[in-house]
Amino acid sequence: MTTTLTKPQPQKTARRERGHRRGTTAGRRNWLGGLAGWLWLAVVVIPLYWILVTSLKEQSTYYASNPLALPTDPTLDNYRLVFESDFVSYLWNSVVVTVGAVVPAVAVSFMAAYAIVRGWRMRFLRVVNGLFLMGLAIPLQATVIPVYLIIIKLQLYDSLLALILPSIAFAIPLSVLILANFIRDVPKELFDSMRVDGATEWGTLWRLAAPLTRPAILTVTIFNALTIWNGFLLPLILTQSPSQRTLPLALWTFQGEYGVNVPALLAAVVLTTLPLIILYVFGRRQLLSGLTAGFSR
Amino acid sequence: MSALTSSPAREGRPGILPWLAVPALLFFVGFAVVPLVGVFLLSFTTWDGIGSIEPSGLTSWRAVLTDPGLPHALWVTFLVMAVSWAVQTPASILLGTFLAGRQRYRAVLSLIYFVPLLLSSAAIAVAYKALLDPNFGLGAGLGFDWLSKDWLGRPWLAFGVVIFVVSWQFVPFHSLIYQGGVQQIPKSLYEAAQLDGAGQIRQFFSITLPQLKYTIITSSTLMVVGSLTFFDLIFVLTEGGPGDATRVLALDMYKRGFQASLMGPASVIAVILVLVGLALALLLRRLGGRDAGESQLEGV
Repeated sequence: MTTTLTKPQPQKTARRERGHRRGTTAGRRNWLGGLAGWLWLAVVVIPLYWILVTSLKEQSTYYASNPLALPTDPTLDNYRLVFESDFVSYLWNSVVVTVGAVVPAVAVSFMAAYAIVRGWRMRFLRVVNGLFLMGLAIPLQATVIPVYLIIIKLQLYDSLLALILPSIAFAIPLSVLILANFIRDVPKELFDSMRVDGATEWGTLWRLAAPLTRPAILTVTIFNALTIWNGFLLPLILTQSPSQRTLPLALWTFQGEYGVNVPALLAAVVLTTLPLIILYVFGRRQLLSGLTAGFSR
Repeated sequence: MSALTSSPAREGRPGILPWLAVPALLFFVGFAVVPLVGVFLLSFTTWDGIGSIEPSGLTSWRAVLTDPGLPHALWVTFLVMAVSWAVQTPASILLGTFLAGRQRYRAVLSLIYFVPLLLSSAAIAVAYKALLDPNFGLGAGLGFDWLSKDWLGRPWLAFGVVIFVVSWQFVPFHSLIYQGGVQQIPKSLYEAAQLDGAGQIRQFFSITLPQLKYTIITSSTLMVVGSLTFFDLIFVLTEGGPGDATRVLALDMYKRGFQASLMGPASVIAVILVLVGLALALLLRRLGGRDAGESQLEGV
């Protein structure tokens, strides 16, 4: 295994780039997978379609009509109802928590991943790496009770910062793992020539490693954004007042407030997901290729 | 390992490298390692979540270990883990293999497949709760008797719903991992097999599956450790009910700690959760025959 690494690196990078187009199963019929594919499509699409269609129906017609039929006169009233609640402030909270946690999480993870790859000979960095790997094996949710205690002691309970700090910590193990995998693929010669040119480690980090691993950084950013945006447990235990609610928690409380107004509830589901759908539309290619490469190695 | 570095002399000085890892280390130690030690310590105390924390020795451990709720919660947790693994893994492998092909519609399909992963567990649970409502849900509306059961009101049905919804949410993610794995299998293997006259199915079982071994380990580890953290989905969907039918460990911990204000016993559950997670990760590593972490580090 070590021999592959002492070989010139560019070969390896090139292999990965070709990987996408190679398509090993190209042109062959794969009827078993195909059957599963179409079956799964139905399983995925029907509930999604139902959510969207129902959110456009009036409450009165919801109970009477065929649940899968298109609404006879589609209405945006449900969406208006959701907006007239404090939706915008919940949205803002979610944005603050997500951006506030993802940016530092990715930055510190990238620095750590760079150090681990470049300083692998140092015992300290191997220990650090081992610690992060342990974080992958442990369900970090099991630590929420002390996290709750720490947040109280820091007098941060019921604030957005209370959600941001643990979110950063929970994001680190996987981010470091994925980023380190990619930094390792940067040809060693490039680092060496940077050094010959007199660049510092700090300069190499930002001017060589960061641009070359931009796809991985973007992947990790999107993936963490997804996880933190959808986080439920931390907001549930670390905040209390409605003014600090994030979207998933708000959705849960809508459930009680709207009672049987299912179309309004589903409009809220659509609205809380909309920002991610938009993100997905723009970052899809990046996310999909980054995740396949990041996890499957 | 020393083969990894080109020349020891040049990389001899530590420089700022160790410092670069410090910010991440601080966050991780502060909000993951310290709490990990803390939860162990808290399991020997009595605390209602607001008042003072009093040492109470083994009281909490005794209370939890003699509580018939614990074996039940453990059983439900393992059952959810095993069944959801058994459902998701074949589905993800098949889908991943399928998506790795070159079919033109593949891109469109993978676009749609991925959407469930964008929805939060809370959103999915809220939507499925409405969808499965025995009186006003999909089944009742369509007039299908088989669909208009009291899905969340009967223990085994509720359990089945949890498995289904979990799979609905996570199969896309795992099929993506398998898609990447399949794309890395050298094409020459298939060409050789074809020359030898091996058919589709034979190739799948003799090449694709064995070559996916490490991908299966990675995906299974994420799946199994992840299943220990199924909290939000089950909390919103069934709240552990009906009765205790879907009360997994993570939910048990929340209910004891944050609803019943028994942080000591809840910490005991958390410690058990950590131990189960570690044991499973080690077991999977052994099964895989190599250290998942190390292998990543060697860049294989």
